[in-house]
Amino acid sequence: MIIHHPILGPRDAQEFVYLGDASLIDRPDGMTAGIEAFHDYLYQRSNPAGEHRELWYHEQGDRSWLVVTRNTVTHEITKVELARDVARAKGRSK
Amino acid sequence: MTQSHRIAGGQIDRTKTLRFTFDGVRYQGHPGDTLASALLANGVRLMGRSFKYHRPRGPISAGSEEPNALVELRTGGRQEPNTRATVTELYDGLEANSQNRWPSLRFDAMGINDKLSTFFAAGFYYKTFMWPKSFWEKLYEPIIRRAAGLGSVTREEDPDAYDKGFLHCDLLVIGAGPTGLMAALTAGRAGKRVILADEDFRLGGRLNAETFSVGQTSGADWAAATVAELATLPNVRLMTRTTVIGAFDHGIYGAVERVSDHLAVPAQGKPRQVLWRIYAGKAILAAGATERPVAFENNDRPGILLAGALRAYANRWGAKAGERLAVFTNNDDGIRTALDLQAKGVDVVAVIDSREGGDLIPGVRHLRGAEVIDSSGKLGLKSITVRQANGRSETIAVDALGVSGGWNPNVNIHSHHRSRPIYDPAIAAFVPGQDGPPGLLVAGAAAGAFSTHAALRTGRDAAIAALELIGAAPDLPETEDAPTRVTPLWHVAHGKGRAWIDQQNDVTVKDVKLAHQENFTSVEHLKRYTTLGMATDQGKTGNVIGLAVMAELTGRSIPETGTTIYRPPYTPVALGTLAGRSRGKKFKPFRLTPSHHWAKEHGAIFVEVGNWLRTQWVPKAGETEWRQSVDREVLATRKSVGICDVTTLGKIDIQGTDAGAFLDRVYANTFSSLAVGKCRYGLMLREDGMVFDDGTTARMGTNEYVMTTTTANAVTVFRHLEFCRQCLWPDMDVQLISTTEAWAQFSVAGPNARKLLEKVVDQDISDAAFPYMGAGNVTVCGGLRARLFRISFSGELAYEIAVPTRYGDALLREMLAKGAEFDPIVYGTEALGVMRIEKGHVAGGELNGQSTALNMGLGKMVSKKKDAIGMVLSQREGMTAETGYRLVGVKPVDPQAKLTAGSHFLEKGAAPVAANDGGWLTSKVYSPHLGCDIALGYLKAGDKKIGQRMRIVNLLAGLDTEVEIISPHMFDPEGERLRG
Amino acid sequence: MASLQALTALGARGPAVVEIGPLRITERADLALASVAARRGRFTDLAAAAQSAGVPLPEAAGYQAGAPYSAFWTAPDMWFVEAPFASHELIAGLLKAALGDAASVTEQTDAWVAFDLAAADLTPLLERLCNVDFRSVPKGYATRTVMEHLGVYLVKLDQGAVRLYGPRSSAQSLLHALEVAAASVW
Repeated sequence: MIIHHPILGPRDAQEFVYLGDASLIDRPDGMTAGIEAFHDYLYQRSNPAGEHRELWYHEQGDRSWLVVTRNTVTHEITKVELARDVARAKGRSK
Repeated sequence: MTQSHRIAGGQIDRTKTLRFTFDGVRYQGHPGDTLASALLANGVRLMGRSFKYHRPRGPISAGSEEPNALVELRTGGRQEPNTRATVTELYDGLEANSQNRWPSLRFDAMGINDKLSTFFAAGFYYKTFMWPKSFWEKLYEPIIRRAAGLGSVTREEDPDAYDKGFLHCDLLVIGAGPTGLMAALTAGRAGKRVILADEDFRLGGRLNAETFSVGQTSGADWAAATVAELATLPNVRLMTRTTVIGAFDHGIYGAVERVSDHLAVPAQGKPRQVLWRIYAGKAILAAGATERPVAFENNDRPGILLAGALRAYANRWGAKAGERLAVFTNNDDGIRTALDLQAKGVDVVAVIDSREGGDLIPGVRHLRGAEVIDSSGKLGLKSITVRQANGRSETIAVDALGVSGGWNPNVNIHSHHRSRPIYDPAIAAFVPGQDGPPGLLVAGAAAGAFSTHAALRTGRDAAIAALELIGAAPDLPETEDAPTRVTPLWHVAHGKGRAWIDQQNDVTVKDVKLAHQENFTSVEHLKRYTTLGMATDQGKTGNVIGLAVMAELTGRSIPETGTTIYRPPYTPVALGTLAGRSRGKKFKPFRLTPSHHWAKEHGAIFVEVGNWLRTQWVPKAGETEWRQSVDREVLATRKSVGICDVTTLGKIDIQGTDAGAFLDRVYANTFSSLAVGKCRYGLMLREDGMVFDDGTTARMGTNEYVMTTTTANAVTVFRHLEFCRQCLWPDMDVQLISTTEAWAQFSVAGPNARKLLEKVVDQDISDAAFPYMGAGNVTVCGGLRARLFRISFSGELAYEIAVPTRYGDALLREMLAKGAEFDPIVYGTEALGVMRIEKGHVAGGELNGQSTALNMGLGKMVSKKKDAIGMVLSQREGMTAETGYRLVGVKPVDPQAKLTAGSHFLEKGAAPVAANDGGWLTSKVYSPHLGCDIALGYLKAGDKKIGQRMRIVNLLAGLDTEVEIISPHMFDPEGERLRG
Repeated sequence: MASLQALTALGARGPAVVEIGPLRITERADLALASVAARRGRFTDLAAAAQSAGVPLPEAAGYQAGAPYSAFWTAPDMWFVEAPFASHELIAGLLKAALGDAASVTEQTDAWVAFDLAAADLTPLLERLCNVDFRSVPKGYATRTVMEHLGVYLVKLDQGAVRLYGPRSSAQSLLHALEVAAASVW
């Protein structure tokens, strides 16, 4: 597969490491959220046959974490974002 | 033997002669020949025995679709089974042998299988060899394997090299027949980067096998001229002998280039084959079409070929398969074979046309509405039996028969993403369907456009469409544009004999009928049950016939029946090609430590830890057994001082105003409160609460930390930290960079560690100036920058000292020389392991990804006063149970008794069953201090069992040993030595 | 300054030079290297300090040569800065002093082995080693890529000149890969 890196352009997916569902960005706050919330965060994932937002790490590249929107059936990639931008847009900061 | 069947013409170089042998017999051919064309030219038609029935077989094709003419090529380590003679380029000295026969090709004892064919029908092995069960492995399977098979694999190592590579282009053109040449010419002239790949060694495809003209010249000459023009374009790369094997995602194609297969031995340093990964903006599939036969009884005799193949052998290679030829066809293309061979002076005895209205050739007998129903000739065709339109049978003496059932577009690569081909009744064949790989266009015969004009036109148009070219395109030369006229005929219904569909796997019409009779209706099931299309040729000539027969039997239409899934590779790929350079010692790169050269000089034994080669121990003269060396290293270190290269531990430089806060989030314990110039042991959890990694992290400045990780997790910890930094807390001011390799780091441990280091460190490192867990920048040997950490894994007074890697070797030698009075030794990973286990430090066996801080006796390190990865889920009920595993030390009651890691804890008297399992030993060593084996282990409620006696049991090793459960801190439990 | 004698990444006293056909591989032990990362929100300050210190900070995937400092981009807001080893062995300290608290600076000199490759055209060699479209990328292109399982930085100085930074501990493996590929091509 080819991932169109927002900074570096098209790069072979072989350079990346796959992590999983992009919802892993939505980590609850450990000081306020309880075990249930963390359980759901860590273990409850949807497994769609179709569009899926997922985290890829450009390990053999610039070390950016990316959020890749990929169709799990056709492998078509429709969007690639820097995970940092996605996290900030979700209100994550420090 | 002379080339008895050589005829005039062809694209072979008759000025040169190549010598070769087949089954030990010497023959001659010419450059441009394939092994098959040269054998045919020498009058040899019998080239192999079939898989199951050991039927005599010759080639049916002149290309990569060949199911029959499979030989063992070359000898020794280069011996290569199942090589298609039809695509094996002849070279001087070629040695080939037939396979799957004994004692000889002409007399094969296993030919008896043919007489016993009733027992070997589809699925016979499912039914016949059911019982007794134990007979399968010992008796049935070995016999069947010996009787049914293809070539044999050499037991010697392949001496040749294989390579890999990466290519980029705007347009990949797959196939260099008229379509591909025109596509490449169109794109190439427009200045686009083009790769034109073809499996053949001569570009031109069918143009080389046909006689009609293109423009003012022959097709072959037009092809040669076009290739010559393309070769002058710097933006076009011509790749002969290169098979595109598959379409992968997003315009990535795989291709195998046979760089040296046409040579006896590759040139020095040159690879045999190269596996290319091609990144193509767009691609055009111009792979042409494959002719299919018609199934009739005994249609597999040597001398019965595809009609187009007979034509190719005559026109391209100047070889004829026989003296008296007949053609059996259901379409106009078959008649071309009769025309061409007649022109070459071959006696064309009859054209058997299953249709009523086919063209007539003057001077040739035409049998219209007729079918071939049988053949004879034990080792090669002698006659055919024809059923005429009026129902009368007639036997005609011929020694060659060309069969044409029509042409199947080579849709394979277009279907690699599961696109289903569509049946086109106009050409009685499947053409590419919808939803092929994005960016891949299909043109020419591969798209069902069979005439030469259509090939040239669609090739040009596909290039224009793919690249959105504007402006002048190449003119199309005048050439034939015959319509495709075909009346489907898949098999000839007659009698009870066997009519072959898949010649390589010996699948007949009868087998398909049997599958239907046993209720296999899906083509995928038909394939698995009969093995139709599962041989090395992947059913290129037989599959469509098989499914057509299936359609007929089920009463469904051919489109309803459909095809099986096409998968890469298009043709077989040698495993060596996939491995490339990565084999043997070159399988992966090595990482060498800064002390490697010293260690090698001193005869060290190395151990592979990931890619690292680490010193395992350094034997001294007279030591014959590894334990002697390891015990000595441990004792010497604990007595005076030892040095160990610990460069392999991951080191990550963490800077930024939020560095401390960041560490608080990624470590279970707190680091923001750590004073500058100090270090602390850190425990890193995964979000699920299990221990991920551990190591010491030092604060080198207000906003600057150096983290160490375990050797094994250096990469994954770094990745995790980047995840935390970018995805979880994107606004933290933290910068990360690995410095693992930048510093050569040595542990210096033992009572004399400080005294030794004082000889090289320029600053005061007394206990007062550099206390336990101190860290800082120092200089050594008169000013070289260095880092010093007072940390201990061994339990001794110990430091880790680091210098820029280039000086590591010199620093080690300097420490050994300057500290000679202390008899320093260099110790390896074994001694390191002994000392850490004596001290109860966790490492690989304990950090198993399934253990919590509590399990390790480190539960108190998990701070609940701050948010950190894994903090919340580490408090889950099941992970905090009082009865959970706890790290314990173990020693045998009898000091002579042996322990083994992996053994299980059992109470005394308890039966060795899973229900009584108390836990297991994670690591075991011999402790020269305690004088016995010692171990660490996870024991249920182990913290409450210290001092008790239990058993450790290993049913595999037959061990059942009484042990005492002790504190994991087995040596110097008060830690007096390390603070000394 | 110190009495310790350095070893090159290949374990020798001096740098290696290997010639295979038209290719010359030169080990560069005379380069000092440091990473420079902008502190969060401090890029403008860093850029100003870098400019006055003569430290180039090229755009993404770029290399910019200078004297004494050259640099290539490695990650968002991060660069590797190189300078002559003889004059700049203490490159990290020098850069820290020049860039102040706008940057995090880390010595990288000995984390890498540097090889300069020279031939009339390096495309045939590099296409056997990595997926970089070497012919198409411009001079001054810098990227991380993979060669025989090793992560390396590749800097295109010219069509016939490349600098590679590979992991120092694998210097022998990387050189071997280069040699085998060169023998395979030329």
